[in-house]
Amino acid sequence: MQRFQLKAEDLDVLIQVIRAQGHQLVGPVIRDGAIVYDDIQSASDLPRGWKDEQEKGQYRLKRRDDGAYFGYAMGPQSWKKFLQLPRRKVWQARKDSSGIQIVAIEEPAPSLAFLGVRSCELHAIAIQDRVFLGDHYTNDSYAKRREPLLLIAVNCIYAANTCFCTSMNTGPEVTLPADLTMTEVIDVERHLFLISAGSERGQGILQQLPVQPAEVEVKKLAERAVQSAVSQMAQGVRSFDSSDVKELLYRNYESQAWDKLADRCLSCANCTMACPTCFCSTVEDTTDLSGDNAERWERWDSCFTGEFSYISGGAVRADTRSRYRQWMTHKLATWHDQFGTSGCVGCGRCIAWCPVGIDLTEELQRIRELEKE
Amino acid sequence: MVQPARTLDSMNGKARLAVWKFTSCDGCQLSLLDCEDELLQLAGCVDIAYFMEAASDPAPGPYDLSLVEGSVTTPDELKRIREIRAQSQILVSIGACATAGGIQALRNFADVDDFIAAVYAHPEYIDTLKTSTPISAHVPVDFELNGCPINKRQLLEVISAFLHRRPPQVPAHSVCIECKMRGNVCVWVAHGTPCMGPVTHAGCGAICPAYSRGCYGCFGPKENPNTTSLCDWWQQELGAEKTVVIENLRNFNAADPVFEAASRRREDGGGQE
Repeated sequence: MQRFQLKAEDLDVLIQVIRAQGHQLVGPVIRDGAIVYDDIQSASDLPRGWKDEQEKGQYRLKRRDDGAYFGYAMGPQSWKKFLQLPRRKVWQARKDSSGIQIVAIEEPAPSLAFLGVRSCELHAIAIQDRVFLGDHYTNDSYAKRREPLLLIAVNCIYAANTCFCTSMNTGPEVTLPADLTMTEVIDVERHLFLISAGSERGQGILQQLPVQPAEVEVKKLAERAVQSAVSQMAQGVRSFDSSDVKELLYRNYESQAWDKLADRCLSCANCTMACPTCFCSTVEDTTDLSGDNAERWERWDSCFTGEFSYISGGAVRADTRSRYRQWMTHKLATWHDQFGTSGCVGCGRCIAWCPVGIDLTEELQRIRELEKE
Repeated sequence: MVQPARTLDSMNGKARLAVWKFTSCDGCQLSLLDCEDELLQLAGCVDIAYFMEAASDPAPGPYDLSLVEGSVTTPDELKRIREIRAQSQILVSIGACATAGGIQALRNFADVDDFIAAVYAHPEYIDTLKTSTPISAHVPVDFELNGCPINKRQLLEVISAFLHRRPPQVPAHSVCIECKMRGNVCVWVAHGTPCMGPVTHAGCGAICPAYSRGCYGCFGPKENPNTTSLCDWWQQELGAEKTVVIENLRNFNAADPVFEAASRRREDGGGQE
C-alpha cells in the first residue's frame, strides 16, 4: 500500500472532497467539555490542540501544546449512534372501516462518512457488523446505513489511561480495512498526515488531494508516534494477557467478586450505552388516544435494567449481581462462542463513564486473585 | 414494561375521566391542560366528567378512570380518597405528591406543630396530619406515574394504555439511559457535577443534564436503585458535603421509602452508610 503525505494545512481539502461527494461527514467536535462525534463542515470544527485525560469515572479535556487535530483518545460516544439509532420507528398500523393497514416506514439513510475512526472502533464496527449483518438475522436499518459508509481511520498517537486496546489485540495501529488511513505527524519542523488508501473509493479521494509520496523520515516519525501510544498502555495498569479470560469467567460464576461489584454498581446502564459493541435494543408498542393508530419503536436497551429480563412472573436477573455478571461474562466470554471474538475492544469507555469508576480490567484481576485463594 | 394491576372493563360508549386534587401545587393537572395539540382528541375519546381545574360542571360518579394528584395531609383527605377509590374503576396517582408525598413530606422529618406555630397567626384554625403520605398508603392504586411535574407525553401514554387495555410504556430504568440516548455529555464524569441520574427513574427526558445541571431526582428512585454507592462517590470523589447529599435525597420525593431510608442513614452514619 503506497503511502503519501498531506500537509496539515491541507486537511480541509480532504474534508471538502469528501463532502463534495455528497457524504454527511461526521467526526470529532468539542461540546460540553468533551469530544463527541457530530457534523463536520470544515477542519476548524475539529478539536485541534486538545486531549482527553481519563481515569475511572472521570474525563477532562486538557490543552496540548502541539496543535494536533487527533491528539485525543476516546470520547463518550461511539459511532454506533449513527448506525444503530438510539430510537427509531419500526412500523405503524392504522385501523379504519376497511380493517387494519400496516404502514411501512421509509427511513432516510444518509451516506455517512466517519472521520477519525480509531483501530479499536473499526474492530467495534466489525463486531456490530457480525451482529446486525450476520448469517441469520439482518437489521435492515443498520444495513442501509452501513452499506454506503466511508471510513477514514486515524492511528492513535496518544492513549488515555483508560485505554487497553493492546490487551485486547485491537490497536492502536489500524490493521482492519478502511477507505483511508492516516497518521498525524508533528515535530519541530513539520505538521502533516501520512495517508494511504485501502479501497477504490479511498484511492479516488486520495487522487484529488495535494499529496506527495511519503518521505522515509515521515514514515519513521509516524511509526514512532503510534509506538508512543503502545508504550503508554504498556506502562499503565490495564496491560494484561486476555487469552484465557473466557475460561477464567466460565470457571467463576460464583466468585465473591460479583458480590463486591453489586455493592458498588448503580445498574444505571452507562457502561452499556457508552460501549461501542453493546447492541441490545427493545421494542415499545404504543397506541394513540383513539386507538386507531399503533406504532412499534425500537430503542437502545441494557442488560442492567429489570425490564430487560422481564418475563411472565418477574425479572430473571432481579439483582445487580446477576446483571453485572451477565454483562461482563457476555462481553468477555460467551461472546466468543456466539460471534467468534471477544465483545470488548479495549476502548475504556465503560471505565471512564461509569459514574462510580468500576473498571472491568481490575475486576478481572480480582476474580483471578480470588480464584487462587 | 409495567403490567397494570387491572385494566378497564369493556365500556359502553366513552370512558368517564375524573381528575382529583389533594395536597399539591396543581402542576400535574396542568400537564393535562398543557396537552394543547392532543386535548381535543382526548376530549373526543373520553367524557371528562370531573375536572375542577378545567370545567365548572362536575358530574357525579362512578368514573372509569380517575387521575389523582396530591398527597394526603388532612383528616378530610383521608376520607375523600376512600370515596374516590370506591367510585373509580381504575385509579392512577400522578406526580411526586401522589406517589411519594411530595415536597410537603419534609414535615415527616420534623414536628409539624412547630411549622404551624411559625407560619400561622392562629394555629388553632389548622387541622392537618403529622405526615404527608402518598395515595397508595391509603387505597389500592392501579398505576403510579412519577414526576415533579409529570411528563405530559407519559400522561397521554398512560391514559391511552388504560383506554386500550395495554401496558403503559413507562420504563423504570435510570435517567442515564435517556441522557445517553439524547447524546448528552455526562455532567458527573466530564464536569464533576453531582447528579441524581443514576438512581433516578426516567421520564423527564434528561432535561437538567442537557443544560449541564445535575439531575434533581424529580421522578423518584428508579427500579433497583443503589443510593449508598451513589452517595459515597458524591462525598468521597466529587467532594459533596453530607448536607448536600441529604438535601438532594430530600426534595420532591423525600418520603419515598428508598430516598427516605437513604437520607436517614446518611444523617445517622456520618460519612459512609
